Amino acid sequence: MTVDPRTLRSSSSFPPHVIAEIQRAADQGLYEIRGFGAKRALPTFDDLVFLGASTSRYPLEGYREKCETKVVLGSRFAKNPIELKIPITIAGMSFGALGANAKEALGRAATAMGTTTTTGDGGMTPEERESSETLVYQLLPSRYGMNPDDLRKADAIEVVIGQGAKPGGGGMLLGQKITERVAGMRTLPEGIDQRSACRHPDWTGPDDLEIKIHELREITGWRVPIYIKIGATRVTYDVQLAVKAGADVIVLDGMQGGTAATQDVFIEHVGIPTLPAVRQAVEALQGLDMHREVQLIVSGGIRSGADVAKALALGADAVAIGSAAMVALGCNKPVFVEDYQALGTEPGCCHHCHTGRCPVGITTQDPELEQRLPPDVGARLVRNYLSTMVLELQTLARACGKSHVHNLEPEDLAALTIEAAAMAGVPLAGTHWIPGR
Amino acid sequence: MARLDLAEMSLRQVNGELQALEAGVNDLDWRIANPQGAHAVAVGLTAPIRLTIEGHVGFYCGGMNQNAEIKVEGHAGPGLAENMMSGAVRVTGNASQMAGATGHGGLLVVEGDTSSRCGISMKGIDIVVKGSVGHMSAFMAQKGHLVVCGDAGRDLGDSIYEAILFVRGKVESLGADCIEKDMRPEHREVLAGLLAEAGIDADPSEFRRFGSARKLYNFNIDHADQY
Amino acid sequence: MCGIVGLYLKDDALQPELGRRLAPMLIEMTDRGPDSAGFAVYRNGAPQGWSKLTLYHPEPAYDWDVLEQGLAQALDTQCDGFRRASHFVLMTPAADEAARRWIGEHDGDVRIMSVGEAIEIYKEKGLPKDVAARFGLETMSGTHAIGHTRMATESAVTTEHSHPFSTGRDLCLVHNGSLSNHNRLRAWLRRRGIEFQTDNDSEVAAGYLTHRLGEGASLKEALEAAIKDLDGFFTFAVGTRDGFAVVRDPIACKHAVLAETDQWVAMATEYRAIAKLPGAEEARIWEPVPGEIYSWERTPESPGINAGERH
Repeated sequence: MTVDPRTLRSSSSFPPHVIAEIQRAADQGLYEIRGFGAKRALPTFDDLVFLGASTSRYPLEGYREKCETKVVLGSRFAKNPIELKIPITIAGMSFGALGANAKEALGRAATAMGTTTTTGDGGMTPEERESSETLVYQLLPSRYGMNPDDLRKADAIEVVIGQGAKPGGGGMLLGQKITERVAGMRTLPEGIDQRSACRHPDWTGPDDLEIKIHELREITGWRVPIYIKIGATRVTYDVQLAVKAGADVIVLDGMQGGTAATQDVFIEHVGIPTLPAVRQAVEALQGLDMHREVQLIVSGGIRSGADVAKALALGADAVAIGSAAMVALGCNKPVFVEDYQALGTEPGCCHHCHTGRCPVGITTQDPELEQRLPPDVGARLVRNYLSTMVLELQTLARACGKSHVHNLEPEDLAALTIEAAAMAGVPLAGTHWIPGR
Repeated sequence: MARLDLAEMSLRQVNGELQALEAGVNDLDWRIANPQGAHAVAVGLTAPIRLTIEGHVGFYCGGMNQNAEIKVEGHAGPGLAENMMSGAVRVTGNASQMAGATGHGGLLVVEGDTSSRCGISMKGIDIVVKGSVGHMSAFMAQKGHLVVCGDAGRDLGDSIYEAILFVRGKVESLGADCIEKDMRPEHREVLAGLLAEAGIDADPSEFRRFGSARKLYNFNIDHADQY
Repeated sequence: MCGIVGLYLKDDALQPELGRRLAPMLIEMTDRGPDSAGFAVYRNGAPQGWSKLTLYHPEPAYDWDVLEQGLAQALDTQCDGFRRASHFVLMTPAADEAARRWIGEHDGDVRIMSVGEAIEIYKEKGLPKDVAARFGLETMSGTHAIGHTRMATESAVTTEHSHPFSTGRDLCLVHNGSLSNHNRLRAWLRRRGIEFQTDNDSEVAAGYLTHRLGEGASLKEALEAAIKDLDGFFTFAVGTRDGFAVVRDPIACKHAVLAETDQWVAMATEYRAIAKLPGAEEARIWEPVPGEIYSWERTPESPGINAGERH
């Protein structure tokens, strides 16, 4: 009997991918672990648009009339604040999650563009310190590889409380990526499935964090800025507490933020999107009269210069990119298609960072696969991408009449949906209405 | 012999002076007076000096120590010698929570007791406690040795990796994946060495050894109830 | 997230010194609690059969005389009182319930900080040293006191949100930590007649104890029940008419240090607060074990030197 396609109706509650997942769980008895960020549709910056120049506002001419992009981070306490040439940084990603070539490529690109990269859950590699002129060193719950020599080599220290992909969860690296080098750096046996602690070992709570930050400053002579990184959950309280604990800079990672490996349920069901998080954070800073005194870096789903411009308009001082940088390096590029298929996926859908078999050589420790990403090639790709984003940012800022990207403000925006209007605190286009205010 | 008085100098001045010392410095003996429970005393030291702190200290005393020998004449607050890389820290009194947290090397000796989480996430440090340790000690302990001459509180060695634990007294309970293992001559020798280094007179044959069962290194559905 | 301090005098001769000793302890905890500060002092009871109600009104020039006289008239009773900055200690033989009701009807903006025979609670927004100076903590005498410096986590920084919280007669609580199930507990307690003035998790802990004590539990039993029913991280110091108690949750991440001499027992989140006390150098110092209740209480048999009990 032939099937009449008109009678076929799949369930919205149990669509094919949910059916597949339940049956996979029934086979394996373990949650799904994967890389990448949240895949489901969320309110994003796409739902905001800029109100460009009009009769009442005048744009700046491209090129001759300057639109400045410099940002200073860490002016609150540090003797040596960080001066960025562009308001886009590279987010924390570990050596271990990424291969050495990828980390070096990112470092070189950041150096060329006058911005920073950030270490991750594995500690600092010499390649990254050498290739990245300005390097932020993360202090995570695991403390893998933490040591005072690297701490003193860092240009800033980022205390990680959480990340957008898994606020409340710790790092994870599966056995296939715990090679001899990675294991050595992390003081772990080779081949185990590493699950990091989710709380810091020697402090709990913002009152103790204040003492910990003080210790870090004492060890580094109060020279460098101290960042606090949070995944977006109770943003208002977290930002207030970060200020009270003595942070120079706050890094806020929304729900769309990526990871190289964690439980799918964490990625999709914990944390709020970047769009509402930014506004809450900025208003918390303004409430304490600390906006621009304690700088805010926003990450989680930043994809283009338009996203950067919107984050800045909502009040961020800078953004960080993680997933987007990887995509620039080649993540999900339709090459080596048979290798994607060997993983059970296709280019465009791949989230298999956790396997260590990255077809484009980014999130792998396999030397053969790493050869697919020579550092100088990768560096050029990311540098081009960063340049493009900056040009896009400046284009939009000039169209709104701004001579510095920090002069973008919420009043330059309108929202296309009610959710975006409520979340961003920006009027619904065509109205004066901001739901909830 | 130089004496730095925290009643007269700021913490930054005291730490700054000690941190500026280099290997090969002539004056090896230093003292700090009047700590009064201050935090971050003698952190980030790099020179192989001998430092005595006269009194009780607060959090993170000797944090990230390299090469120095630090002695606290009194009690220490949380995070004593956290992330120590090398050198030695000794406390004549008790140490609070998280003593020796994430330490990579060196020797930490506590002549009194420690409270919970002694040696949490240790990565190569050796810790010798003359008294007892509190609950969740050696939690996620990756490498190094923890020697307890007294008792250990509940959940000892929860999620332990390759660190080795020696306990003479009672163990209230063991954490996930931590089991008792047999004491062989090579272990007694290592233990004897640690006790000698710590200057503690105890008989290695009275200790039991604990370590990882290694069943949770890779996920296995049959062990799911351990999580 | 916060700092807690407590001082219990075993030697009655030290009573005039209580405030002068507590103040530096409180101020030492400023870094972990810059938003607001408060303290509960247990001191000279009101006349026999009278209660003390510590009241607060946000307006600095509030006319307490009108309130005092109005209460006396309306309830046909006596009243006396004294002012300390924004707080007013009203003393009256009137029944608690009647006094509360009248005050609520007279002026809804008046907040009742504490009620009891011995307790007086003073708390306000501001740095600990300013709050202590404002209320003249250094001039206060008494038998025991607990204090708190606040770094607000999930509720507002207001005077009402400051600790100590009192939901029962002569009972107060200060808390360092963060409860994770306080919203459901608040609703459950409300249905059982406990009233709350804020959305603060610590106030829920105070209300929980009041409820258990009201059901006939001893302080020890109430605290044991609290360890089971409250979820999250906490170190509590509880003040009662005759003493104080300290307890930590079983995970015990939030710190606590106890110190004892022949003259006093002190408690603080960090040792450096205790270091401020005369005699601290010779004190026995130890950390409370998680999940166990430590308490000290004056008893009629030994009103002079009062040794403590550990449960």
